[in-house]
Amino acid sequence: MTENNLAIEVEHLIRKFGENTAVNDISFSVKNGEIFAFLGPNGAGKSTTIKMLTTLLQPTSGTVLIHGFDPVKDQDNVRRSFGIVFQDPSLDEELTTYENMEFHGVLYKVPKKLREDRIKELLEIVELWDRKDHFVKTFSGGMKRRLEIARGLLHHPKIFFLDEPTLGLDPQTRNQIWTYIQNLNKQEGITVFFSTHYMEEAERVAQRVAIIDHGSIIAQGTPEELKTQTKKDNLEDAFLTLTGRKIRDENASSIDKLRGRMKMFRR
Amino acid sequence: MSTIYILWLRQLKRYLRSKSRIFGSLGQPVLFLLALGFGLGPIFKKAGGGNYIDFLAPGIIAQGILFTAIFSGIELIWDRQFGFLKETLVAPVSRFEIMLGRTLGGATIATIQGIIVFCLTLLVGFRPHSWVVIPLVILTMFLIALLFTALGTAIASVMTDFQGFQLIMNFLVMPLFFLSGSLFPLTNIPSFLGFITRMDPLTYGVDALRGLLINTSHFPVSFSLSVISVLAALLLIIGSYLFSKIEI
Repeated sequence: MTENNLAIEVEHLIRKFGENTAVNDISFSVKNGEIFAFLGPNGAGKSTTIKMLTTLLQPTSGTVLIHGFDPVKDQDNVRRSFGIVFQDPSLDEELTTYENMEFHGVLYKVPKKLREDRIKELLEIVELWDRKDHFVKTFSGGMKRRLEIARGLLHHPKIFFLDEPTLGLDPQTRNQIWTYIQNLNKQEGITVFFSTHYMEEAERVAQRVAIIDHGSIIAQGTPEELKTQTKKDNLEDAFLTLTGRKIRDENASSIDKLRGRMKMFRR
Repeated sequence: MSTIYILWLRQLKRYLRSKSRIFGSLGQPVLFLLALGFGLGPIFKKAGGGNYIDFLAPGIIAQGILFTAIFSGIELIWDRQFGFLKETLVAPVSRFEIMLGRTLGGATIATIQGIIVFCLTLLVGFRPHSWVVIPLVILTMFLIALLFTALGTAIASVMTDFQGFQLIMNFLVMPLFFLSGSLFPLTNIPSFLGFITRMDPLTYGVDALRGLLINTSHFPVSFSLSVISVLAALLLIIGSYLFSKIEI
């Protein structure tokens, strides 16, 4: 493991799906303890990049290092070092809050006593301890998100990936979620890597940002630097200047396709 | 070990909490038992086949296990669609353990379902020739369950949604059941059908259950059990290979 103070190092990363290049030769790095925002329009390659950083997808070429470990060759060391909140929910809705947490703790081999203490502590932070025995299927989107955040932190990760963590949530919940994450970053020095559509969030929370479009990084730096570069006074205008105003289409996600068929199967 | 246990436990909890699923999957076995058992019983007797309910019961038990096992395996698609699979795939555990835990969980559920169907057959008058063999019967049920859960998991590893669901139902599950000798004796059937039934893994499951429960079987019970065990092991290997290739 190299001691160069970098949490994430990405060099010339490429991922192709058949003829289509989803991520096209991107390079960037994230320092230890930094809050880094990954911005881009729909279908720009944000999720594909996050999947490659988190061992879910193999790069076509290029290198990734997570705390010096390669997600392709050293999967388990990489997996132990990060926590993740996915774009789509990834909870088991037929289990309770506590059972979802416990499942995660056992998978990550957190010792029993520590696991119990940590689950209580985290559920109290995200204000779900009083609902620990409720089934997740009864939860609102915001509650599910909070539970996923608590779950992702259970094994003391050094890096926390959040793929559009506040998508579809009301301003109160969004605010609350960012407060947790910023506190965590300050208190435990955890590195935070998140993607979002909300520019004011990135501007407020992130120390550095990278903007990705059509699979390539078109700008990176502090929010201030990007505003200066584009001569705009907020990040949203800077973003629109850099990526253009054309609306992007994205393929329907599997969950959208499923919705129609779900009732039929369940009877 | 703890990984396998927690995945097994999860499958079990989901099953026990879904009452509609438990009762729903009993509908078909009960229907077959009543309609075929009582409907064809008199003719079967007249033809010298003996008590049809006795002959049919092991076949219906096997059918209950087959359906539950395949669908427990296929439930993996569900986890993929609802995102839960990602949670297990980014964890620092081997995919083989994940696959094994799931499969053992599914097989346990299917075995329980088999035991429930067995109890139902007792209600319509079925009696095993001996009660001593029951532990061995349950072991046989578990092996059948393991084989078909692994098959379901293998299929679900290469399917991304439920598009192919009807295909599997009509071209795999139904033929496996109808061509297994669950409903008819394997003696004196046309040779092409005899050949097909010998290619059907469920044939050996049904035959072993019949051998144990009513002391009549086409193949030696030990032979049938060996066939199921080897196939179950083979499908676990194929299943875990396909499972390890899943990309989200």
